[in-house]
Amino acid sequence: MSGTSDLSRWTRFKRSNLVYDFFHNKVAMVSLVIFAVFVLSTVFAPLIAPFDPYDPLQINIMNSELPPSWQDGSDPQFVLGTDDQGRDLLSAMLYGTRISLIIGICAVALQAVLGISIGLIAGYIGGRTDSILMRIADIQLSFSTLMVAIIVLAVAKAIFGSQSFNEYALFMLVLVIGIAEWPQYARTVRATVLAEKKKEYVDAAKVLGFGPMRIMLRHILPNSVSPIFVISTVQVANAIISEASLSFLGLGMPVSQPSLGSLIASGQAYIFSGSWWITAIPGFFLVLLVLVINLLGDWLRDVLNPKLYKG
Amino acid sequence: MTDRIATDLIEVENLEKRFALDEGFLETVKFRHGKIVREKREVHAVNNVNLKVRKGEVLCVVGESGCGKSTLARLVVGLLKPSAGKIFYDGARIDQLSQREMLPYRRKMQMIFQNPYASLNARMSIEQALYEPLHVHNPKMSRAEIYDKMAEVMQSVGVDPSWAKRYPHEFSGGQRQRIAIARALTMDPEFIIADEPISALDVSIQAQVLNLMLEAKEQRGLTYLFITHDLSVVQHFGTRVAVFYLGSLCELADTKTLFENPKHPYTQALLSAVPQLNDEKPSHIRLRGEIPTPINLPPGCPFESRCVHANARCVAEQPAPLQKPDGAIVACHAVEEGRIE
Amino acid sequence: MSLLSVRDLVVKFAMRHQTLTALDNISFELARGERLGIVGESGAGKSITGFAILNLLSKPGFIAGGKIMFDGKDMAALSNEEMRLIRGDRIAMIFQDPMVTLNPVLTIGEQMIETLQAHRKISRADAAQIAIVKLREVYIPAPEERLSQYPHELSGGMRQRIIIAIALLLDPQLIIADEPTTALDVTIQADIMELLLELCQNNKVSLILITHDLGVVSQMTERTLVMYAGKIIESGRTREIVNDPQHPYTQGLINALPQQTLPGHKLKQIPGNMPGLGALPTGCAFHPRCDFATETCKKTMPEFINFGDVKVACHEVARLHQINKTAEQPDD
Repeated sequence: MSGTSDLSRWTRFKRSNLVYDFFHNKVAMVSLVIFAVFVLSTVFAPLIAPFDPYDPLQINIMNSELPPSWQDGSDPQFVLGTDDQGRDLLSAMLYGTRISLIIGICAVALQAVLGISIGLIAGYIGGRTDSILMRIADIQLSFSTLMVAIIVLAVAKAIFGSQSFNEYALFMLVLVIGIAEWPQYARTVRATVLAEKKKEYVDAAKVLGFGPMRIMLRHILPNSVSPIFVISTVQVANAIISEASLSFLGLGMPVSQPSLGSLIASGQAYIFSGSWWITAIPGFFLVLLVLVINLLGDWLRDVLNPKLYKG
Repeated sequence: MTDRIATDLIEVENLEKRFALDEGFLETVKFRHGKIVREKREVHAVNNVNLKVRKGEVLCVVGESGCGKSTLARLVVGLLKPSAGKIFYDGARIDQLSQREMLPYRRKMQMIFQNPYASLNARMSIEQALYEPLHVHNPKMSRAEIYDKMAEVMQSVGVDPSWAKRYPHEFSGGQRQRIAIARALTMDPEFIIADEPISALDVSIQAQVLNLMLEAKEQRGLTYLFITHDLSVVQHFGTRVAVFYLGSLCELADTKTLFENPKHPYTQALLSAVPQLNDEKPSHIRLRGEIPTPINLPPGCPFESRCVHANARCVAEQPAPLQKPDGAIVACHAVEEGRIE
Repeated sequence: MSLLSVRDLVVKFAMRHQTLTALDNISFELARGERLGIVGESGAGKSITGFAILNLLSKPGFIAGGKIMFDGKDMAALSNEEMRLIRGDRIAMIFQDPMVTLNPVLTIGEQMIETLQAHRKISRADAAQIAIVKLREVYIPAPEERLSQYPHELSGGMRQRIIIAIALLLDPQLIIADEPTTALDVTIQADIMELLLELCQNNKVSLILITHDLGVVSQMTERTLVMYAGKIIESGRTREIVNDPQHPYTQGLINALPQQTLPGHKLKQIPGNMPGLGALPTGCAFHPRCDFATETCKKTMPEFINFGDVKVACHEVARLHQINKTAEQPDD
């Protein structure tokens, strides 16, 4: 039987089902392009942003509330207008998206590590351990992430004071969102582990004398990875929204280091007084970002589902 | 067949395995006949089985679904712990050993599974799959030595060693089964338990894999416990045959004796049911009823509900295996009482 | 006139890089009340033949050519609605796994009544009566109780009997049974086969039995087709094929059976594997595995030649037949 392993990994990937499906799916392609634009623009923010929104010297309160360049009364150097402090909205958004993405990805990484470990252990060992861990997960799930986050962050802010809280806001957000959502991963991984545990290759590994650690990490985990990819995309989107919500409520990123959420928050007061762009434009881009991540996640789920893509 | 003084490699004594269907307190509380009772349902998968596997032989275990043959295989190899009874390997008791203590026995006993698509880890290349057991059991072996051993074992099962970097899904079912056999052979085992190793393969491939197993047996002096439902394979490959029904042994005999002179009514029905090439139409011994479930088995003979020769004693008392003059062991009241000729 | 006439049927699969031929010019006839076996290994195309007759091929498969005539009507010319009326009513199909064929959330009664009402205008009560009659015909004890039971409450053998009963509900003219007993135990299999034979004989129903088991075709069928890599390589009376197979593949299949070799000796295996549809060899598809392959075999596909009641597609067989023929000719 002719095999394809004689070809390099890259060639195999190029010919794989995933890639083929991708190039035939307009939604997936467009979403990935938009997402890539987001990511690249945030990575190169220092180079492409016309201003540095963190530099107080560049901010002139006289420039505040200038409309975007396609409206009357605008200043051409502020393409998307300015916010209430006189910061260029475009630059603030570039850096803000960067923060949103960092928080999103780091929080999800934390959730994943916690959730996968717990799910693996619960699924493989079973019995009492499984029951206890899953009850903890259930209890945690019954608390809404936002509620827990609000309580924790509010308390932290009260204890540490606004000043030091703002310094560590990024870490706190990553921690809170990361720890709040591990049950999602744990449940998914546990379900996969339970199914894989019954398969004969696990029996074969036991008969060959391998210990439980080796079986869990080297045999079962690699086979449980597909669903993790799928939920990760959705979780990143959720984390970004959570962070945006928290910042909106004033418990997240401070005004001096705004994320998309805090930008939206700061512009809220001005919607009806005419400066709609301070809220609307970051709002639009936030929705767009979350949308493309969700679309990519949906596509990934369909393509990785072996029952769907066969034939 | 040469007459050897054979030692018993595996001995199974009064082996029992029960699976609880209702676990935990809440599941066992039920409402029956207007009262609340506590009931624990159990599947009697293996029921008081006594069996020996002699060195160098191929002991075939046959039976239909629910007869416990797969459970028996898993008990012997240590994947399941018995509910009662003892298992001995070469005289040493192995059913109560810890995982560490079992390790040396793991080298001697290996298993081949039914499903060639599930018994190889889809995410590991063949190379990785064969390297791992060699490395784990021989930490002092150098990489080069391991690769040599891998190549040797792959060649002996007819798989080209240059294909080692490929993944299981790139191979056909028959080839995967060969690779599974190769993996088992890396341990240089003495005893192989094969759980329906060819049932999932095409007919022409079955012959290939069967020949391979025969060859391996002759070259390496292996002993086999061969679980199957295919009686023609048994007739060809088996030294002795054990027929199981719902967890109990019905008949145990030399292959030739069993096929020429089946004594237990179930064995007779089973043999008559296999479609043969010379048949012009289906004709077999009809059994009453359907195969009952192995849940909460009644006290008597498990075959009683389907047996034409069953009487009151069969309902109440489980038959003990008795030896007949030609060497066959049969567990049947009717045979014992001479009611069947 | 035969009940089913399949001529030069071609089925292809439109894969992304190429189009594969799954069935290559399959032709056979089936008379009323006749039982035909289709034998082959996985990938030979036997199940696809069954699906093609009912036009149930799922994408990417499609019928690329040929004619299927059922009871004088051209199946390709039928609309979807007309086709739907034939399925279940005139042609019934039995699949391999009884657990998957029956809907686990509907009772047996609901499934049978549904089938009847989809094709006939009758009341639920009448449909239930017919269902009970059919259940009795397949020797199911206490049929009235079965109507309110769910599939999981019954054993595998009972489920397969119920499926046979459902197949017979509308008194079809043809039953296509695709590996109906592979998932069943041997004693249950024997019961089911005997039942199927009896029903087909009593009701004069034609049967196409698709299987890999030569013993089963030997018991059940009058004629057999042997398929390999999408083609029929041998066809004819079952007894003749089983007792005196002509094609090297058929011979190989029979010789590979453990019964044909003395215990303890190596089985006569056929080397290699059946080629995948994307890697079919030139000429005769079997030549890489054939002991008798010649240069002709590698280049050209063999045509059918007749041997009395048997048709074989093999160059060597044709050649030997020619030699025999000329040897038998009396010198003028």
